Amino acid sequence: MSNADLRDLYQEVIMDHNKKPRNFRDMTNANHLAHGNNPLCGDTLVVFLKLNGDVIEDVSFQGSGCAISVASASLMTEALKGKTLAEAETLYELVHKQMTGEEIDSSSLGKLAVLSGVKEFPARVKCATLSWHTLHAAMDSDHDISVSTE
Amino acid sequence: MSMLDLAAIRQDFPILHQQINGHPLVYLDNAASSQKPNQVIDAVADYYRQDNANVHRGVHRLSQRATDAYEAARDKVRGFVNAKSDKEIIFVRGATEAVNLVAQSFVRPQLQAGDEILISHMEHHANIVPWQMLCEQTGAKLNVIPMTTVGELDLSTLDELLTSKTKIMAIGHVSNALGTINPIKDMIARAHAKNIPVLVDGAQAVPHMIVDVQDLDCDFYVFSGHKMFAPTGIGALYGKQALLEAMSPWQGGGDMILSVSFAHTEYNELPYKFEAGTPNISGAIGLGAAIDYMNNLGIANLAAHEHALLIAATEKVTALPGVRIIGTAAQKASVLSFMIEGVHPHDVGTIFDQQGLAIRTGHHCAQPVMQFFGIPATARASFAFYNTFDEIDALVGGIKKVQELFA
Repeated sequence: MSNADLRDLYQEVIMDHNKKPRNFRDMTNANHLAHGNNPLCGDTLVVFLKLNGDVIEDVSFQGSGCAISVASASLMTEALKGKTLAEAETLYELVHKQMTGEEIDSSSLGKLAVLSGVKEFPARVKCATLSWHTLHAAMDSDHDISVSTE
Repeated sequence: MSMLDLAAIRQDFPILHQQINGHPLVYLDNAASSQKPNQVIDAVADYYRQDNANVHRGVHRLSQRATDAYEAARDKVRGFVNAKSDKEIIFVRGATEAVNLVAQSFVRPQLQAGDEILISHMEHHANIVPWQMLCEQTGAKLNVIPMTTVGELDLSTLDELLTSKTKIMAIGHVSNALGTINPIKDMIARAHAKNIPVLVDGAQAVPHMIVDVQDLDCDFYVFSGHKMFAPTGIGALYGKQALLEAMSPWQGGGDMILSVSFAHTEYNELPYKFEAGTPNISGAIGLGAAIDYMNNLGIANLAAHEHALLIAATEKVTALPGVRIIGTAAQKASVLSFMIEGVHPHDVGTIFDQQGLAIRTGHHCAQPVMQFFGIPATARASFAFYNTFDEIDALVGGIKKVQELFA
């Protein structure tokens, strides 16, 4: 029945990150940032990156959105800290494949695997991927740019 | 008690009888698009099975039948809004196209840089963006009637906003995001006192109330068919005949001409002047069937039942802790926008869908309204005459389920 499905989407970890998002702050010394928005939902966020060479020394976000989009952004920042840009790129691709239902080795995703429930709710995939698209834009650019998932 | 036989009415709407995620469908997204009764579906199908041909052209029998059905639909629309003449009814794709037509064909030729267009804070994007585009094209200025915290227009400054430079006031009859019924008759009178023409966006009004364009004395009235139980892709523009006569066509093509040579084209008379190309014939016929359907039930009866639904829903939702209703105007139709504390409307939408509840979540194409209330989106339940009091209870149950999950 539907309750089980809903719990696949709204897992405890997601509810926790929605209530208490990690790395939810402005970053004055960021050297990369990008704005993301989903005009259909009104979700907006900013992803801040502080890179040291090709290592992500710090990552944070701000904005507003649904539980899925906030939790996804929060989990993303936790997963990325200390990673190299190449590792971040690999994670970005894995997350994408997970959301679109491709077969992947979920052990390589760690905690991010809790987002796998999203693929059963196609209307919500954009909520979960907004932060990752915005991250990608921030990585690719050394100035402020905007992306949209709609 | 309701004057309507709801069980019989619901039998006319085949789409309502299905399960979504193991629950009976509860369709409360009528302000986005309404469902269609068999009478409308059959009118469209019968047209294609029996009468399909192009209109205003052939001398053959099918073309005559198609033309007769298309023009009969126009006369039904005329009666529906109580226009004086069929010449005042232009078939368009929907309210959006009608607003654009009036902006480009009526307002643009008389607009100078520094002139003004007046809209309100609670307009749908369809009654904002065409005017903004026009302002960009001409250097005119867009002015906005403010709104109060309950979601009513603040008309205390209306007379100052209606200036000697105002070339049109374009105003929604009923707000799609809040449900507010605006006092348009009074507003029209105040604009007319200064010789300012008025367009009324009636997309959210015509499904819910009797509209009389002569009584309102509006210059233009626009609406879409699909929100009033007719197909998508058809709608109507009402315009006063003298204004329409003076306007140039918006689009050129077949059917809108009397004669064409490379030197000169003579435009057709009203209403065909504004209907270039083969029109949406089946859509118009479907719209006519929807009007027949509403008239048979009695629009006053439909309105009474919907009002009772809205009152019941408002009382029950207001009684729930942690729920805030957005838009509490004294005069409302059909719309209940709400926020559940600590839960984003999109999460509400997904959890509702799992229970078979279809509502709209988002900004409802009215982002200035969302900005006014300082929220990104709302959850919106909107009612039609086929909705039941049991479905109001399902709505309340849905909200409780969301609160349980997010507790």
